[in-house]
Amino acid sequence: MFGWFRKKEKEQKKTQKPDEVTRGLLIFAHPTTVIAVEDLLRDEGYSIRVVSPPPSYRTGCDLSVEIPMEAEAEITALLNSVNMTPMDVVPITAQGMEPLHFVREKDFGDYLMVRAANMKMTVEKSTGKIVNISGGGCPDVPYLATSMLGKTLAEAPDPGEVGFSLCAYSLNTAREEIIKAVGV
Amino acid sequence: MLLLAGSVPIDKMPLTIGPVDYSPDGITVDGHPLPINRGNEAMMTAACIACDHFGVERPVGMVAGDIGTRQGSEAIYNHLAKHLPEMGVDVMTLHYVMPDIKLNNKVVETVKNMKNKPVLIADAGSMYVAKAGGHAEFYDIFTPDLGEVAFLADEKADHPSFTRGFIFHMESDTPELIRRAYEAGNAPPTMFVKGKTDYVCHNGKIVHTIDSPSVETMEPIGGTGDLITGMISGMVFAGKNHIEACLIAGRANRLAGELSNPTPATQIDSIIKFLPEALAKAASSVQ
Repeated sequence: MFGWFRKKEKEQKKTQKPDEVTRGLLIFAHPTTVIAVEDLLRDEGYSIRVVSPPPSYRTGCDLSVEIPMEAEAEITALLNSVNMTPMDVVPITAQGMEPLHFVREKDFGDYLMVRAANMKMTVEKSTGKIVNISGGGCPDVPYLATSMLGKTLAEAPDPGEVGFSLCAYSLNTAREEIIKAVGV
Repeated sequence: MLLLAGSVPIDKMPLTIGPVDYSPDGITVDGHPLPINRGNEAMMTAACIACDHFGVERPVGMVAGDIGTRQGSEAIYNHLAKHLPEMGVDVMTLHYVMPDIKLNNKVVETVKNMKNKPVLIADAGSMYVAKAGGHAEFYDIFTPDLGEVAFLADEKADHPSFTRGFIFHMESDTPELIRRAYEAGNAPPTMFVKGKTDYVCHNGKIVHTIDSPSVETMEPIGGTGDLITGMISGMVFAGKNHIEACLIAGRANRLAGELSNPTPATQIDSIIKFLPEALAKAASSVQ
């Protein structure tokens, strides 16, 4: 989708003074906007991390994107061009926490359940049909469950696109792992 | 009054407060029908069943539509912060809401200024924000699952999605996670930890474990944990002590699961059908 943007070479390493601010955070209103931004910036070859925002921006359910400050102008121009303008860009000195990407699988014979953090998704192996979604605590979880249950992995909406919360982010992690295991 | 507060997945449904009624077709809040679903609806249904069993008044619901865009959750936080003292609430259970530390701090401040503090029970997003805001010990009961107790055990995480890997990998040692959660001040006096073995904890100690009947296929089913939170709420309102309420709820949930003979594709309404029978059995076994 964003293939017209030029691919970048890996970031050049340079000597950094101990107190030099070389990284910044892009702040967005919803964690799932971060999923789209993450995909775009990684496709473009930028060295980024998805992390928790600084305390002053924290609500209890949020994510931000850590970027090299030297690329800030390029990145914000790119995001503006695709209507994903960040709410703010803040320089940082300390590292934020990354969301959990470990998953656990449980095989129930005809069904496979994958858990990422507090979210579980279960599919029927032979059809790829999503039969249950469990866990989570953010309000879009029951909404996502209603939207996705009974549909195949190919038909169901992507929680990264229709969800808003960190629970949706984790559900997307579980979904990606299931797709790796059973295909779409 | 037992107040059950949380969002429902109906976009733009305004804040609605009123009696919760339950029938096999679903629940109503102030007369507005809500289909049985995981989350608040399942929790409210189980609370009604518990209230009916113990002969106390059914709960009052406070719901607002929220599909993740925060408006419904904000309406709930703001109403509680402003009006809770005049509502006559004895027990309040807070459930699915978008975590918002600042707004939840306002609710906590309101409760701190009440002459009679209601019993506070939290699960889901309300539990996340209570912990992230540093107020876990101000609450009375949390009902985390395994992933959530790992989050409570991680003093640095603001949300279960930020639980650090080394703590996620400690999940085979649930008692250690419970110990860490209490040690860090991230647990209320009573916790019901849901899992293959359920742990009932009080003041840092595991006081009961529940592991039978063991129905492995319940784990994937969305809403089973919500039933436990709802039953505990109803029983605490009915005057059961908190540990006993947890013990009965844990046993009843497993019995209902066993009676429904579920597969991983079973939906929560199929388990709810058996909950009145299961609760009656579990309550009599604890007496």
